[in-house]
Amino acid sequence: MVPLSWYLIFAAALFSIGMFGVLSRRNAIAILLGVELMLNAVNINLAAFWRYGNVLHMAGQVFAVIVFAVAAAEVAVGLALVISVYRRRNTVIADEIDLMKW
Amino acid sequence: MTGEQIIFLVVAFVTLFAGLMVVTARNLVHAALWLVAALFGVAVTYALLHANFLAVVQVVVYIGAIAILFIFAVMLTRKDMRDQGPQMNKNWWLGAALAVLTFGGLYLMLQGWSGMSRTAAVYPSGFDAVAELGNELVSPAGYVLPFEVASVLLVAALVGAVYVAFNRK
Repeated sequence: MVPLSWYLIFAAALFSIGMFGVLSRRNAIAILLGVELMLNAVNINLAAFWRYGNVLHMAGQVFAVIVFAVAAAEVAVGLALVISVYRRRNTVIADEIDLMKW
Repeated sequence: MTGEQIIFLVVAFVTLFAGLMVVTARNLVHAALWLVAALFGVAVTYALLHANFLAVVQVVVYIGAIAILFIFAVMLTRKDMRDQGPQMNKNWWLGAALAVLTFGGLYLMLQGWSGMSRTAAVYPSGFDAVAELGNELVSPAGYVLPFEVASVLLVAALVGAVYVAFNRK
């Protein structure tokens, strides 16, 4: 049987990798890829705590389903913003997107 | 070491390697494809945790919709950054240090927690987690309000995404 600690450390490592991606990539789409990794790490934790706590209480899985919905919404709006900025400014580099209005 | 532990370790290392490739790959299409591998590893983790519904939703929603959306977005905006020039900003070492620090902090914090070595209770036989999850999501005593808020959020995101990306000519 896998102890709870393995899942938590695995999720912490995945979260840190995603955070590195968010902090150090230049491309706005790559930053969103990092955010996806971080959301997945959180979801692993939620599912693990559901399994290792009381299985009859579904709160962990319900929370994970809500995180799925939020992630889908985040990606749809985020990529729409990136594509819109790309059309107007012809760039997807986060450093160069520093004006609220052009 | 039991079979389940070996499967977990293999899946975890493959997922972490895929995650590292997502954040370091120069070619963004490859990064998006590595993301598919990482998401699939997470789906296997859900299956190991007996969260069958989450595993299926992970494959259908994350791999089927979100990863494909990423690949489309990369292909639509590829012209100006096409694999030349640095893919990392000049403070990438700071991000790396912060990520290592976060992992170390989380690891130390978890080590100090007493529930760390907890093992799972035997999965109750005959317990239908998917049916129970469905009941919880729509019962007023359960989580119907967060469920409805999530659907409103999805509609708002859909309308917002169409509005933002609409090409006004």
